Parts: sequence; structure tokens; C-alpha cells
Amino acid sequence: MPPADTNPDMSALAAAPGLEEWHLDLDAQGPRREEAVARLHGILLRAARFEVFRRSGALPQLSAVELDELAQEAADDAAVSVLRRLGDFRGESSFRTWAYKFALLEAAVKVRRRAWRDREVTLEPEHWESLAHAGPGPADDAESAALLEVVRDGIRTALTPRQRQVLVAVVLEGVPIDVLAERLGSNRNALYKMLHDARRRLRSHVAEAGYSEAIE
Amino acid sequence: MTGRDLDPTLLRLLGPGERELDCDECFTQLNRYVELELAGEPADEHVPGMRSHLVGCPACAEEHESLRALLELDSVS
Repeated sequence: MPPADTNPDMSALAAAPGLEEWHLDLDAQGPRREEAVARLHGILLRAARFEVFRRSGALPQLSAVELDELAQEAADDAAVSVLRRLGDFRGESSFRTWAYKFALLEAAVKVRRRAWRDREVTLEPEHWESLAHAGPGPADDAESAALLEVVRDGIRTALTPRQRQVLVAVVLEGVPIDVLAERLGSNRNALYKMLHDARRRLRSHVAEAGYSEAIE
Repeated sequence: MTGRDLDPTLLRLLGPGERELDCDECFTQLNRYVELELAGEPADEHVPGMRSHLVGCPACAEEHESLRALLELDSVS
């Protein structure tokens, strides 16, 4: 029998989701906890740096040092979130993967907000009137143009003003949903639900106009 | 013309049109979903509504791509 550390079965167990036990020390006291928190922060910083530098094209004005500061801030905020939500970890993935997502979220949101910090978010409902075809598609142009007109009419008549603002900003103006949420004093989930409801209304409008097949 | 033929702007306006998770549910399931994907498991069967949400929500889609890419990087380093 091979030694435990070279046994393939043992290696597989060590890599299996949920079996990294160091994170249990995050609930401990004293030096054990401090060591675990430092390890957690290292993991979060790795993920935050990965995300910030991956999206750095959106922030051409920032130096490498400034980008790293942004990643540090994201890792710090993610550590607070992870420690607050430790009880949510149910071992459905490795702890590292679970923790990574907090850092990626914090970093992504910071990059989007920084990129839009000095940009105006236009909520003028008239903007959608200029909704143009994104380009010729494989479908018949006349039918596409007719469908586009139905959608335009749906935006005008089937949506509430706030639904129209959110749909136009996110879909047509390309405003990141986190940026819009910040400007409107809302949050991503609430705005996405509004976007979802707007889309559902638009789909109903299109179906009522006889274009069910086009959207199935 | 069917939904698959719609031009990209119309697709983004009308959304995926299927049952989908919301952003909070997506965040809750993201770690499990990506590990299932990378293990070659039928992630969409295990987490119904995730794929549609990733089609409809650009922000969550970016974070899904990033988590997947980071785990892939970890696996080779």
C-alpha cells in the first residue's frame, strides 16, 4: 500500500469540494483565526487582481499601481462579505471557489463604477426612438423591420416609465446594471427584476401583435 | 423568422424568454455551477434557469466568465 500522501484516492479526496478544512478556523479565536483570515485575504486578493487586470481595458486612465489599489479595496470588501456570510457556505463547491466569487463581484463592480464615474447616465426616454437595426441578420429584412416597429411601439405603450428607463439604459445605452443601480439608489437584483418584467411585457406585446413565432 | 434569427439588439431587448434565476440566486449558485461545468457535468440540469439568466444579464455573465477563467488558470498553475 502506498503512503497516504501519494495514494491517488487520498489526493482526490484532498481536492474534493468542501474538504479544505482551514476555513473552519475563520470561526475560531486568536492566532488560528488570524492565520485563516490572512489566508482568506490572500485568496481574495488573487481573485480581485485577476478581475481588475482582466477588465483594465475599461480603465485606461489608471496606472498599474492604481489598478492594484482597486484590487486591494475589492479584496478588503470581499473579506468583510465572506466573513459575514460564512454560514451560507454549504460545501457545494470548494471553499476557495465560493470565496472567489465574492472577490470577483466586488472587483467587477468597482471597475464598472470607476469606468462610469465621470460619465453621464442618460435616462431620456426619447433615446430609444433612435433604436436602429443592429445590422443585417439572416432573417427577412422586411419582417425584421416590422418586428422592430412592434417592439418600438411596445417600449412606448406597454412599459411603465421606470421599466422604460431601465430597459433603455441597460440594453440600448449599455449602462452596466451596477452603475445604474448606484445612480438610482437601487441594487442589481431589483433592477434586473424590473428589466425582466419589462422584457416579459414586451414579449406579450409582440405576441399580441402576431409575432409569436418570431420570439419563440 | 424564429427567435434564433433575431438580430442582437432585439434579442437583448426581449431577453431569453425562459424561466431564469434572478441575480441573487445566480450569485448563490455560481460557484456550484462553474465547478459542475468544469467537471463536465450537466450544469444546466443541476441549476435550471442559470443559463437563461447568463444570457439575459451581462453583469452576471461577466462574473461567470471570470470565475470559470480563474479556476481554469488555477488548474494549470
